[in-house]
Amino acid sequence: MRKDQTLGEYLQAQGVSRRGFLKFCSATASLMALPPSAVAQVAEALASARRPSVIWLSFQECTGCTESLTRSHAPTVESLIFNAISLDYHHTLQAAAGYGAEAARKAAMEENAGKYLLVVDGSIPRDHPYFSTIAGISNLDMLTETAANAAAVIAVGTCAAFGGIPHAAPNPTGAVSVSDIIKDKPIIKVSGCPPIPVVITGVLAQYLTFGAIPELDEHGRPAAFFGQNIHDRCYRRPFYERGKFAETFDDEGARKGWCLYKLGCKGPTTYNACATLKWNEGVSFPIQSGHGCIGCSEPDFWDKGGFYNPISAGNWGSREALLGAAAAGAALGIGSAIAARRRQKKAQETTI
Amino acid sequence: MNSLETIPVNAEVATGNVEPLLHEIRHALKRLAEGDEGTTIDLRGLPLAPGEEERIEAALGQGEVLAELHALGPTLVQETSYPGVWLITHRNSDNAVVARMIEVTRMPEILMSQREDILRGINKLESELQE
Repeated sequence: MRKDQTLGEYLQAQGVSRRGFLKFCSATASLMALPPSAVAQVAEALASARRPSVIWLSFQECTGCTESLTRSHAPTVESLIFNAISLDYHHTLQAAAGYGAEAARKAAMEENAGKYLLVVDGSIPRDHPYFSTIAGISNLDMLTETAANAAAVIAVGTCAAFGGIPHAAPNPTGAVSVSDIIKDKPIIKVSGCPPIPVVITGVLAQYLTFGAIPELDEHGRPAAFFGQNIHDRCYRRPFYERGKFAETFDDEGARKGWCLYKLGCKGPTTYNACATLKWNEGVSFPIQSGHGCIGCSEPDFWDKGGFYNPISAGNWGSREALLGAAAAGAALGIGSAIAARRRQKKAQETTI
Repeated sequence: MNSLETIPVNAEVATGNVEPLLHEIRHALKRLAEGDEGTTIDLRGLPLAPGEEERIEAALGQGEVLAELHALGPTLVQETSYPGVWLITHRNSDNAVVARMIEVTRMPEILMSQREDILRGINKLESELQE
């Protein structure tokens, strides 16, 4: 896709019919958790959207976030959206290396000053600048320099969003999140270890479509994807309400698909879209596969008392807060779907 | 274990969301009949247990129309046994489902020929006739 092309022109040049474009917009609206009635607005906005420059920096990370995004097979809707951005720097994916790669980053920063989107995965070590470097530049320096003229920053993955595993005790590198360093830019946190790929592309699609930051939750995450906890959207929730729990991974309860709360499931305190969007192109998610949620999209998830300890035995919030959440949740049932519709409506009102 | 089938897992679970969804469709159908107002329901937005989507599909049944589009991968548009209730499944070219909707309408817009495509068709026909 040429930089001066709109997305509509690009898709037309690829031989995509208007009907195909409408299908693309339906899937994109669904991706952004917008109500189906928003498809027309999405179509209008996407047809005239221009390709934003994106600089992607990877710091203390495992490359799982990039793997999550790029493992989807082309040409999915996600890959079409990914093609619709100009990824000017990503040291794992780009062909250029060494000085050439750094020159590409500098050129993108100059050409698109004030307009480019900065995506960061990985945490930033603060105890010593040379615990993690790229081209001899410390992560801290590269982040502050690149963020200075960015339009917005997307912190992808729990490491960039909250410090993640490098930040876990005893935090030997003094790892911190992007928002611990950058204070003067809008930051969207897409947490998860790794994040669901369609959530990453959903946020990119949101920016591409409306050129605006989506509604965020108290942790700075897009409310459309992180607005409800996994427990409230979990299909095993009715068993929780009936007091039917698996006690071990091979007992009768486990075989019958009962609630995994007692086996350490962190669904009640974890906010993410795994229960509805699922993984591997919608095939399943951890609870459906028989393992409790480990809470990977929450701050400090690694230091909260063990993945196999029930929430009530760990540090996942006070007993009062949990009881309150359970009481509120008990009133949900199908109400969770109604709440989702309300959330979609609100998202539509704030974005369109 | 010789095969996955020998693993004794028998998860008979339900969110209880199927019946309320059918009621929602009933209300939407009334709105369509009385005021020609359409409704679209995104199935991805609903928490559903394994097998519940199939139960919704079975409850709605197959009607008189079944259409397949080929645009950025296949899309199956089927009118259910309840006239005015359409099940639309969008897939990408790897055949993975990218969106699944229930549309309560007289005719899903995705089936209609689009003005832009018609104009492109006119240009193509005219250039072919000039050759």
